[in-house]
Amino acid sequence: MTETNTPSYNYTVVRQFAVMTVIWGIVGMAVGVLIAAQLLWPALNFDIPWLTFSRLRPLHTNAVIFAFGGCALMCTSFYVVQRTCQARLFSDFLASFVFWGWQLVIVLAAISLPLGYTSGKEYAELEWPIDILITLVWVAYAIVFFGTVMKRKSAHIYVANWFYGAFILTVAVLHLVNSAAVPLTLTKSYSAYAGAVDAMVQWWYGHNAVGFFLTAGFLGMMYYYVPKQAGRPVYSYRLSIVHFWALIAVYMWAGPHHLHYTALPDWAQSLGMIFSLILLAPSWGGMINGIMTLSGAWHKLRTDPILKFLIVSLSFYGMSTFEGPMMAIKTVNALSHYTEWTIGHVHSGALGWVAFISIGAMYYMLPRMFGQTQMYSIKLINWHFWIATVGVVLYIAAMWIAGVMEGLMWRAFNDDGTLTYSFVQSLEAKRPYYAIRLFGGFLFLGGMFLMAYNMFKTMSAPKQEKASDAKPAIA
Amino acid sequence: MTEFWSWWIIVIVAIMIVGSFVILHLTRKMEDNGEDTTGHVYDGIEEYNNPLPKWWLNMFYITLVFSIGYLVLYPGLGNYEGYFNWTQENAWEKEVAAAEEQYGPIFAQYLNTPIPSLGSNQEAMDMGKRIFLNYCAACHGSFATGTPGYPNLMDDDWLYGGSPETIKTTLINGRQGMMPGFGEQLNEEQITFVTSYVTSLSGRDAPEKEVAEGKELYQMNCVACHGADGKGNQQLGAPNLTDSTWLYGGSRKVIARTIRNGRQGNMPAHQEILGDAKLHLVAAWVYNTSKEQSKQ
Repeated sequence: MTETNTPSYNYTVVRQFAVMTVIWGIVGMAVGVLIAAQLLWPALNFDIPWLTFSRLRPLHTNAVIFAFGGCALMCTSFYVVQRTCQARLFSDFLASFVFWGWQLVIVLAAISLPLGYTSGKEYAELEWPIDILITLVWVAYAIVFFGTVMKRKSAHIYVANWFYGAFILTVAVLHLVNSAAVPLTLTKSYSAYAGAVDAMVQWWYGHNAVGFFLTAGFLGMMYYYVPKQAGRPVYSYRLSIVHFWALIAVYMWAGPHHLHYTALPDWAQSLGMIFSLILLAPSWGGMINGIMTLSGAWHKLRTDPILKFLIVSLSFYGMSTFEGPMMAIKTVNALSHYTEWTIGHVHSGALGWVAFISIGAMYYMLPRMFGQTQMYSIKLINWHFWIATVGVVLYIAAMWIAGVMEGLMWRAFNDDGTLTYSFVQSLEAKRPYYAIRLFGGFLFLGGMFLMAYNMFKTMSAPKQEKASDAKPAIA
Repeated sequence: MTEFWSWWIIVIVAIMIVGSFVILHLTRKMEDNGEDTTGHVYDGIEEYNNPLPKWWLNMFYITLVFSIGYLVLYPGLGNYEGYFNWTQENAWEKEVAAAEEQYGPIFAQYLNTPIPSLGSNQEAMDMGKRIFLNYCAACHGSFATGTPGYPNLMDDDWLYGGSPETIKTTLINGRQGMMPGFGEQLNEEQITFVTSYVTSLSGRDAPEKEVAEGKELYQMNCVACHGADGKGNQQLGAPNLTDSTWLYGGSRKVIARTIRNGRQGNMPAHQEILGDAKLHLVAAWVYNTSKEQSKQ
């Protein structure tokens, strides 16, 4: 293999992002646990404006998606693009700028959101000066990534890099279009769009953030770490071609399913629904390619907790990409929309898929980045896996039950045509499930603490000479 | 939308769907390497080139065919309205009309019974309560006891009057409560004085000097609405200040804030929303239940 004469890679930025992935994961999920507790016990906002649900909820989503998920994506993409292209990152300076710039964005978000500064756009709440900083960082990120791809030694580009590339390009377009705004002051701006158009742009962005940030990016991750950890060839090259192109083309259309039965014109709603349905097969293409890569190596699942993380993440991916198209069908949506079911669906994707695959990838990479042959404790990885799995399952099941229940309560009629339940009764009925959700989230967060402990122990262990496919970086 | 945009949508949708068929066809036909990999190696990762799973391909085709069928039947392709001529507006109108036909007579049977005598009709009261929970509880609370800014309807203390007719008028047209802010005319010290005077009206202790100063300011600024005796004016919806009922809160701090910034109350009009029959029933429930509750 070529590993003996690899060029020296830039692992500094990979290491930095890896550590911050775990730390931001803990921060973002801790905020999630707090606001889950607030839904159960509203007094937990202590009557302090900065701690109210309304301000912490966007902080939670930004922290887990863009801080935890973003760091994981940047970390792994910089690692994967170097190793599969056999080229050092295009620019060490720009790579470093991407790291520090992104951390600055995260810190600014963590300050401005609790203070109440928001553009009011879901998953794009940050005000315009931060949006500009994001743009700069993202352009640098694109230059580093594609510059490295240009420097590759092989004629072909590995499939993981297609997905990372699509994620980087599309998120740039999404961010620019959706964040277009007229600044009023340094901390206040108004969207460039109005009314139903604004809503459509918002959800075109919102759903493609799911499609390209949380799906395409993490599929890129999957295509490297699953075959690596399994030690098996990727199942099907042609499946990767067809599901890649179908996925990125069709995802663009799915946004209107967030706006069923609203002021959005009927034609747009219909297209949102049918393209969401068509999306089922392309999404599952990635799951099949990942899981089938394991054929011939299934026995490894029994002993390798890292592989467990990776493969279970694909199961959750398959489950939520089945659930998504179903929820996009208008008649199903009429029941599920505005209920906890949506929250459950999002978390089966966010915890089960995104977090699991990131955690698996980090466990694969951390020892290699810190001169070890393996993590400090394999046993702790195993514990992490089981605690996190129980946590996700409790979370999702609780939200499914709560969501379907409240959806049915809202549409229950008396004989005289009046509603059977008042809104507050549906809230009361959800309390036990809020408690189960909180417990599930608490378990998941607990798993992250195990991971952090394991990581710091691995980092501080004495370096092992032989451990290197991780050559030290040129600083 | 214009013809151009309509065709724009149709063409792009067609490209997407046809394109999906084409890419499936092409990849199906790709040469099979059997057990061999593609020959590419990336950082030790090789790739097989297994055929597309049959069940997966079929699933893909089914979603595509379903979508084409859906776009023939329902709106989606630009200006084409779909075979069923379905729109969410006409679907809604049909549902509402059907509900009206089915449930309308149930409510209408009480329309000509006077509100006070509906109090002894358990069935009518139950229906009125359900209507209240559907339409009114969001502001006035599940027990109609109100929250700050939204009046308690169960205490027999009425801003605009509590006769059956006034309650109905309130429901039909809504009410716009308007207490102007005096932050411009009065300085903070004067606001404190007025606050002291207002609290003294309901028998609370306040520094005598402040009460005296406040009374003078009250006579100049507040009597027009709240009256010389502070008992308010139901014609204007001006609250009685001499009792212990406070719409926005009765602490000194909140009273001072009300004087400083004013208050805007808005009870929306419900004629359009409820229609005659339901409005009559819910008014009857509020009137009779309030009477009963305040007796206890």
